[in-house]
Amino acid sequence: MAGYICLLLLIVTILENLSMFIPGMPQVLQPTSPLFTVLKKGAVYSLVAVSMNLLNGFTGLFSLGQAGFMLLGAYTYAILTVPAKMKDQVYYLFGGSLLKTSLVDIFGAVFGTEGVGRAIAMVLGVVLAIVLAGCVAAFFAYLIGLPVLRLKSDYLAIATLGFAEIIRAIFQWQRLGPITNGANMIKGFPTFTSFNITDSSGQVLFRLSTFVPFLVSSICILLIILLINSSYGRAFKSIRDDEIASEAMGISLSKHKMLAFVISSFFSGMGGALFAMYVANAQAKAFTSVMTYEILLIVVVGGIGSISGSVIATFLYVACSEWWLRFLDSEMVLSSGFKVPLLRNGFRMVVFSVVIMVIVLFFSRGIMGDRELRLPGISARPVRPKSADKGKAAANAAAQTVTEEKSSDEQEG
Amino acid sequence: MSAETKKNQESALHLENVTMQFGGVVSVNNLTLDVPKGKIIALIGPNGAGKTTAFNCITGVYQPTNGLISFMSQPMVRTYPRGKDAKIYKGEHKDTYAGQPVLTPTPDQITQLGIARTFQNIRLWKSMTVFDNVLTAKHMRAKQNVFSAILRTNMKEEKRMREETMDLLKEQGLESFKDELATSLPYGLQRRLEIARALATNPKLLLLDEPAAGMNPQETFELADFVHEIRDKYDLTVFLIEHHMDLVMNISDYIYVIDFGSEISQGVPEVVQSDHKVIEAYLGIAED
Repeated sequence: MAGYICLLLLIVTILENLSMFIPGMPQVLQPTSPLFTVLKKGAVYSLVAVSMNLLNGFTGLFSLGQAGFMLLGAYTYAILTVPAKMKDQVYYLFGGSLLKTSLVDIFGAVFGTEGVGRAIAMVLGVVLAIVLAGCVAAFFAYLIGLPVLRLKSDYLAIATLGFAEIIRAIFQWQRLGPITNGANMIKGFPTFTSFNITDSSGQVLFRLSTFVPFLVSSICILLIILLINSSYGRAFKSIRDDEIASEAMGISLSKHKMLAFVISSFFSGMGGALFAMYVANAQAKAFTSVMTYEILLIVVVGGIGSISGSVIATFLYVACSEWWLRFLDSEMVLSSGFKVPLLRNGFRMVVFSVVIMVIVLFFSRGIMGDRELRLPGISARPVRPKSADKGKAAANAAAQTVTEEKSSDEQEG
Repeated sequence: MSAETKKNQESALHLENVTMQFGGVVSVNNLTLDVPKGKIIALIGPNGAGKTTAFNCITGVYQPTNGLISFMSQPMVRTYPRGKDAKIYKGEHKDTYAGQPVLTPTPDQITQLGIARTFQNIRLWKSMTVFDNVLTAKHMRAKQNVFSAILRTNMKEEKRMREETMDLLKEQGLESFKDELATSLPYGLQRRLEIARALATNPKLLLLDEPAAGMNPQETFELADFVHEIRDKYDLTVFLIEHHMDLVMNISDYIYVIDFGSEISQGVPEVVQSDHKVIEAYLGIAED
């Protein structure tokens, strides 16, 4: 598992730096290529999608508060990392920020503000801010969870959706301006591009701007996978399958639902911080319920209850919306003078909606269903019978099952 | 077994004046019964008599309106009608428990104390394999916390849980199905799996809600032996609801009969079998 992640990170880093060391690379590998936009945004969204899947797919709690927790994470990160010298400029409407310093400046005082010391200070400051972003989201999730987790299915969805909207309104409140900058955006904090290694003149020597979101996301997703395959993960799944049975087997519903909610929100908060780094600003109006639906869509398309499904669906979705289907939005005139009908601004979303409806109608289990992508070297999960008939046949005798499965495999092969 | 000898035995579960009232309907009315340690006790009665409601009161699914339930001589559930319930309360002993601290544990807390149950309509975790079904039931007794579970510092415990699960499955003859989905098993084996899952929580008292429902005569016959076997092996007390008279008469040390929520008879199988009240409840009163 860890090996595959290292390999992935290596590939991403190489891809990103190819144009740097080998001249004449095709457009798609240039730093401005949509490929890297897709990779960065995909890394961010996959973390959020997986965290949502932990709650909706594995614990069976239908929550729609993801954008709210992302907002909390994004703002926490932004507020804590805007450098002191940028504060007056960013908060000019409110005469400067209440928080006079930033985590990066605090670490800068320890490690120095030049060269390697500056780099260490920034990395530490950013990492701590991302973790704190998760913690703030988790803390709010705990407070919200106390009353809200008593609700079931649709009611829980509405309550969490309401929470996300309220949080968004609060962060736009002018009175909180000295902290949240009101309805204006917070910017000037370290972003993914801040991690590129540059020389003194600002010339980029080595790019890490795609590596960073991949690193953070894969660590978080790895932790979520470890959780899901642990005893707690099994308890979550049991709650999804049958609450009454879980309770009767001594699994405390309130405790485990809260745990899933808080952990999911923690990672959503971290995802929010990464999102702020990706768009290079934090603004409350970006975190609307549309964002939650986008992520819910990814989870459904990927397969509810499948981590690898969520990750695959995220990259497909982001690639389609940011890159592959972009051409639908611009008019196209062929060389013969024929103007292709329908192609105009907004048509992309029409196609998108149709694709989604087709998926929901005909492939309602999503790309992966509740299975996981299995790669050689990753411990194989038990093989499930492929159909009910086979299951019944299996019940007759174990020995028979083995031979049957063999023969059916042969038939399929 | 006479009333005197019963008192001398230590009781595992004791219900005292338990009443469960839903609005104006009294489902369980002033039920008092005793389940001595190490015995197999049955609760029988016609359809709708309130047997499962009584079970749900014991396991915390419902909070009884009035009454005291003790487990291992410790009060476990104690309530009296309060607020709106007090006004419409139709049962007896309204003031017996008033003023005493109210105890209403949740089902998981009751399971923690050592009471495990099975369900009338099987409730296995359907997306999980046979193995995972039993393994998940071990979660409650595990000492890990969420951090040690994520960081895998609890491997020793996890390994022990897996070994114990395997032992349980072997004993139930389910080990060859361990990687099958629980719901793909035939009915009789699903019942066995449910019992195995209940045993995984290390109970002292096992509640079986109609364990023979849907079983064929052969399976029912085997079930009787099986219940005796696990009782002896795990030092259990068994309290069961059953419709299947052959099984009940064969298996139980003592029987309580309820109808319309109230006890109508109790005694050893032979006594209950010939009690005319029981026959009336089951077959109706003869016209002449």
